[in-house]
Parts: sequence; C-alpha cells; structure tokens
Amino acid sequence: MENNNPAISVRDLTKKFGNFTAVDHISFDVGKGEIFGFLGANGAGKTTAMRMLCGLSFPTSGQGQVAGYDIVSQSEDIKRHIGYMSQKFSLYGELTVIENLRLFSSIYGMNRQSFRHASSRLLEELEMTDMQNALVKDIPVGWKQKLAFLSATIHSPEIVFLDEPTGGVDPVTRRKFWELIYKASSDGMTVFVTTHYLDEAEYCNRVSIMVDGHINALDAPAALKQRYNVSSMDEVFRIVAKDSTRSD
Amino acid sequence: MNKAIEISEVSKSYGYIHALDRVNFTVEQGELFGLIGPDGAGKSSLYRIIATLSAPDSGTATVNGMDVVRDYRKLRKRIGYMPEKFSLYQDMTVAENMAFFSSLFGVSAKENYDLIAPIFSQLEKFPDRMAGALSGGMKQKLALSCALIHRPEVLLLDEPTTGVDAVSRSEFWDMLATLREKGITILVSTSYMDEATRCERIAMINNGRILAVDTPSALINRLDENLYNAVATDMFGLLSRLRSNPDVIDCYTFGATLHVVGNDNFSAGQVEEALKKTGMEDVRIYHATGTIEDLFIKQIRDGK
Repeated sequence: MENNNPAISVRDLTKKFGNFTAVDHISFDVGKGEIFGFLGANGAGKTTAMRMLCGLSFPTSGQGQVAGYDIVSQSEDIKRHIGYMSQKFSLYGELTVIENLRLFSSIYGMNRQSFRHASSRLLEELEMTDMQNALVKDIPVGWKQKLAFLSATIHSPEIVFLDEPTGGVDPVTRRKFWELIYKASSDGMTVFVTTHYLDEAEYCNRVSIMVDGHINALDAPAALKQRYNVSSMDEVFRIVAKDSTRSD
Repeated sequence: MNKAIEISEVSKSYGYIHALDRVNFTVEQGELFGLIGPDGAGKSSLYRIIATLSAPDSGTATVNGMDVVRDYRKLRKRIGYMPEKFSLYQDMTVAENMAFFSSLFGVSAKENYDLIAPIFSQLEKFPDRMAGALSGGMKQKLALSCALIHRPEVLLLDEPTTGVDAVSRSEFWDMLATLREKGITILVSTSYMDEATRCERIAMINNGRILAVDTPSALINRLDENLYNAVATDMFGLLSRLRSNPDVIDCYTFGATLHVVGNDNFSAGQVEEALKKTGMEDVRIYHATGTIEDLFIKQIRDGK
C-alpha cells in the first residue's frame, strides 16, 4: 500500500473560535510506527488540534491526512481507522472485560469471527485471559488501563491517540503502560500521545511542544536537550513553555 | 497547643472496598503537609472525613483539637476545602461566586482580601465571566480564592494540580508557599511524586494504607538500595537485558535513564563490561540518587 506515506501529515492547520485562534498554522508529519509525544501547556491548543486529527472537528483552514484520509472530506473514514483512549477510563464498569471488548469491536464494525480471533490473541498477550469474565469495576487500576488500551486497539488501527493515558496512575502501572506502548509501536502501530509527565516525554521518538496555538519545538528528545543545553525534557519544557502568554 | 490535624486509626469502607485501613498521622500547626499517592489510594476519602463531609467507620480525626464528627458545625468555619472536582457554580459569574461564598461564611471579601489578593488579582479583570467559561488554571484560582475567603485555619486541597502542566504546577506550589508563610496549615494531596519535595513533610499512601510519614529528604535517606542509572541507545533492549540479570532486583524506566536496583553481588562495572562484549557498546551504568518515586516503586514491589 502507501507504505512510505506518513501516518499523520498536517499543513497550516488552523482552528478559530470567533476571534480566538486556538490552533495557529501548525504543520508536522508523524511517521508510521512512531511514538509521537504531543506536549504543551494547558490551553495551548492540544485538545483542539487532537480533535481535528480524530475527525471530531473541522479546521478553519489548512489541511491534513490521517491514516491516508483527508481530515475534512473523509472524517468518517478516519474514525474507523484510528483508536482513541482518554485519561478518563472509557470503559463500562458494569460490563465484564470481554463484554467491553465486544462492545468496542462492534462499534468499530468488526465481525464476530475477527473479534473472537483478535480478543483471544490480545487477552493472551496481556495475560488477561483469566480475567475476561470479571466485571470491570472490580479489576485493579493496572488491568483497567491495559483493557482501555485493548479497547482502543482491538480493531488493529493504524494509529492510536492516547490523551493523557497515565494521569494519576501509580508509578509502577504507569511504567507498565509505556511498555505496552512500546510493544504496539514495535508491531508497527503509530502512537500519538499527550502527557503532563515529562519523564514520559523521554520515551517518545519525537516530541512537539505547543505554546499559544503554535508548535514551538519539534524534535527527538535527545536533540531538544542538546539544543537547549539541558539534561532533561522537564527543563526543555520549562524553557519552551515559559513564553506562553495565554491566561491559563 | 493542639495539632492542626490528628488522624488516629481511621478506617472507612464502601461496601467491600476498604478505602482507608487504620490510617494514622498528624499535621503540625502551620505545616505544609503532602499526601502523596496514586488515584484510588484513598486520598479523597480521607479528605471527605477531615472536611466533616463523611464519618469514619472507626477511629478518630480532629482538626485543631475539634472532632470531625462531634464538632462538625464549629469546624466548618475553620477549614477551607477545595475538592478535586471543580465544585463552584458554573452558571454564576466570578463575582457572584465570591459573594456567595463570603455570605455563606458571614464575612466580607474585603476583610480577608490581603490573603487572596495574590491569587485573585488575575481574575479581577473579568468579574462578569461565568465560572464555567474560565480556563482550567483560572477555575483553579477562583476555587482557591473561594476556599480562602473566610481565612480558614486549615486549608484542605485535594489534587489541585491534577491535569495541570509542569509550569503551572510549579507556580501553584509557589502560591502555597506564600500562604504557608501567612500561618495557614495546608494539607495538599497529589499523584505527582515530584511534588513531594515542595512539602515540609509527606505521608505516602497506597491502597488505603499509609506507607511512611516523614520529611522528603529523610524518606529518601530511608531508601536503602543499590541504585544505578543505565543508559544505551537501545533503551528497551537494555531494559530486558538487565531484567534477566540474576543480580538485578528491579529495573525500570526513569526518564532519560533506566534505574537499576542491584543486590549485594551486583557490580556496575562488571555488568557494563559484559553488556559491551555482547554488542551494547555504548552502555553506561553509574550511581543514581534515589527519589520519592523510587521509594514508592520499592514499596509497591515489597507488597506494601
């Protein structure tokens, strides 16, 4: 197929709400299988940009393709070919593990046979087979996280969007989640992730930092640290984000 | 003088979930005290008890010597509580929310203005804005102003920095340090381990139990481990190689490096040489300084 095309490609993507420009001419590419960290201060425009990439909102101007589909004219196709997981668990506590997976698989239009195949393989990989009949509200937070990730990727999307997936999670579970991300990426899935934990920025292949609607820095963590002559992404973030003028 | 907060053998269950299991700690007058732990650790359950909104199943809790169950009416005037979820009236303006909370506590916003001025000054520009239409950071400042309007003796802040970016988080902690200088006792909870060092003392909490209480530096000194940094170009390859080493107790990612916990036989030099011989030419293993996060990981590893 179009194996050399980037997974995400946007040019001059802009979103205005009245006379407020939330996202102001951002341009970037994300390669296939890449782990791309999308950082920024609160109010910088990350969520607005992410909504456009997921086909949930249209740009005021500019253009982009996600998974090979146009973000304006093919937003429904985008929704079918991506996965999305937010910080608030998007799982149903009163349903069992397998029922949650079945629900998401049917939302993504999978047939029963491919669901059975995918779910048994993934549950086994994550050592969750024994838990498949447990109610989600009763399982520990670490398992809920794995399950939320499974629900977002059960249909083998080309790209998965993770919106602060590790907020508030204990330090051990948080690290296990990142190993899951690495596994998905090494299997070829593109991972687009936001986080406020700057140690997690170090685990990304490349990182962008949004400030007041613009992307003010974009590179590999090592290159950014070298450019700003500091030893951690935390310091890079502070230097780049300190120029923020938005009220937040 | 009474302790600002005294928690003694407090337990609380919701159905079969043990939210709090015999919790004990005290907060001194004027202290900036942190409650550090992940979501689901029991932090909010404890806050609701201290804020007199729910009673413990067993054990006692007092604030400035007053019991949270028996003396709840008196206490409510003396504490300021900012819950994790934004709980001001979204369809009232900034000025209306301030007026509402002032009249609730029978004070005028003017008399305690000196206390809230550093926080509220940025909000004064838009008194007629609906609270629901404020940005996240501004909502937080308004909520804090409303919690301070009656000049409480003890300020209870439940996860004020969750979902807040690193720069704004650091500004928020500067603000707390200023309030502390004015003599207000502050109990603040967080799931960000790096914020522990901004507190005078902390209690680490997980699964409803207090794991340890002390100053951040004393806690880090307690971390009695052979801790090393390890780096190489192929970080995840290095991670699995180190984990399969019998002398490695634990190995986990730690930002730009891996942290390696070795047993008494672990020799950084030898392990580094062995890895170099098998193709990881750029590997480096060197001493690491522990953090509260390392201590937390150790406690979870030890099943505490």
